[in-house]
Amino acid sequence: MQSELMKLTDVSLAYHTVTGETLAIQDLNLTVYEGEFLAIVGPSGCGKTTVLSLIMGLLSPSSGGVRFSREGLRLGYMLQRDHLLDHRTVERNVLLGLEVQHRLTGESRARAFALLDKYGLSEFRAYKPQQLSGGMRQKVALIRTLALEPDLLLLDEPFSALDYQTRLNLSDEVYRIIRGEHKSAILVTHDISEAVSMADRVAVFSARPARLRELIETGFPADMPPLLRRSQPQFHDRFDRIWKELQP
Amino acid sequence: MKKTAVSEAHAQYLRRIRRDARIVVLSRIAVLLGFLLLWELGADLKWFDPFILSSPSRVFSAIARLYADGSLWLHVGTTLLETVLGFLLGTFLGALFAVLLWWMPKLRRVMDPYLVVLNALPKIALGPVLIVWIGAGMASIVVMGVLVSLVVTTVTVLNGFLAATDEKQLLMRTLGATKLQIFTKVVLPAGVPDLISALKISVGMSWVGVIVGEYLVSKAGLGYLIVYGGQVFKLDLVMASVAILCVLAALMYYAVAFLEKKVRQ
Repeated sequence: MQSELMKLTDVSLAYHTVTGETLAIQDLNLTVYEGEFLAIVGPSGCGKTTVLSLIMGLLSPSSGGVRFSREGLRLGYMLQRDHLLDHRTVERNVLLGLEVQHRLTGESRARAFALLDKYGLSEFRAYKPQQLSGGMRQKVALIRTLALEPDLLLLDEPFSALDYQTRLNLSDEVYRIIRGEHKSAILVTHDISEAVSMADRVAVFSARPARLRELIETGFPADMPPLLRRSQPQFHDRFDRIWKELQP
Repeated sequence: MKKTAVSEAHAQYLRRIRRDARIVVLSRIAVLLGFLLLWELGADLKWFDPFILSSPSRVFSAIARLYADGSLWLHVGTTLLETVLGFLLGTFLGALFAVLLWWMPKLRRVMDPYLVVLNALPKIALGPVLIVWIGAGMASIVVMGVLVSLVVTTVTVLNGFLAATDEKQLLMRTLGATKLQIFTKVVLPAGVPDLISALKISVGMSWVGVIVGEYLVSKAGLGYLIVYGGQVFKLDLVMASVAILCVLAALMYYAVAFLEKKVRQ
């Protein structure tokens, strides 16, 4: 068994609005292991993104706890939209997180630029985001996140704003990057095939309030890329199981 | 940038675009010349009384007389100085208020209805009050110019700031940014275009404030010339001042537009 990286224990979260209280998450238990790629699927509006906000510390649970394996574990968050700053070049966008966290040194800068080189963006370093395609922008956003050297990546539907072809290609590429950098990741998505093609395990959530319905191992070798997984027989089996779990 | 044609059809297309552009420019000049010509002709042929409506040649000689007796630059300089001061101060203070209101959401909620009322209020209604408070001098006129441009700048810039904040707040929070960092790295750079738009609006507003200020209280300036000319029935002088105003206002607007183009690049 691998070692635990992050653990949610009996987490509940209630939202307050003027008209009342909404229970978004109820008694959620979830563990992420070192080096694992976990996907979370669930009906839309079930609170998948809220789970990431809880892990990130943007929200505090009403009860229960979020525990990390060690003090100072670094998290990286990748959003549905790239949110690149229009007034900055690609390379200065990539350095944004380091700047904000006062971690911009000669070394960290070189590391961030090396990531741009490694993943084929070096010739676009001086470009403005408006000059890039949607897929490339999202890749820059990923490198902005990776530049912070996170131990755990939180991916919040990072491909859903892209067209289908770009989405398949980019998820393949992002998978390679994340595996290549030996990161652990949690991917939130509403796309079952995306979850099965990328993750080691898929957590299926119920409709709101979100609860863990089922944890399904995809059982692919870690070095098999998402596009190849899609053509494997067990892909359809996993897809069907998750599909059935998601039915109300 | 020089456009070069890639094919015969493309060359034709480029020719058509250039021809259209030429037609527009020539038509603009034709409209102005036609207007001046009709005006002059109407005065010469006594279609109307040139004493009341003046004529281009009379306007021209009025300007020449002002130039000859040395008062042209005094009046132009006075009005220009007041306007530029009012415009710069109004924009600066407006932007400052916008920053303050962005920084303090509670204050923003409290101030919201006041901003709406102040924005709707014709600020020149405060003219007589300003004269009593500040005195019958240039200061009152400048403050008028400031007041007229201040509120609209605040509202425009604040809205720009808020739009940028909505957009990128989540990203900055996931990166662990402080409020100051959100402001300096995202909101302020993103707000520059709005600041420039505000400049474009307030440059026109400041002219309104200053000219009305000069109507109420002044010893020099184009507004003064217009009021004086009206009182002594020198309509040539009034028309001459308005013509100079047109040129100055246009120049200042294009200067800001030029600045905008530079910044956006």
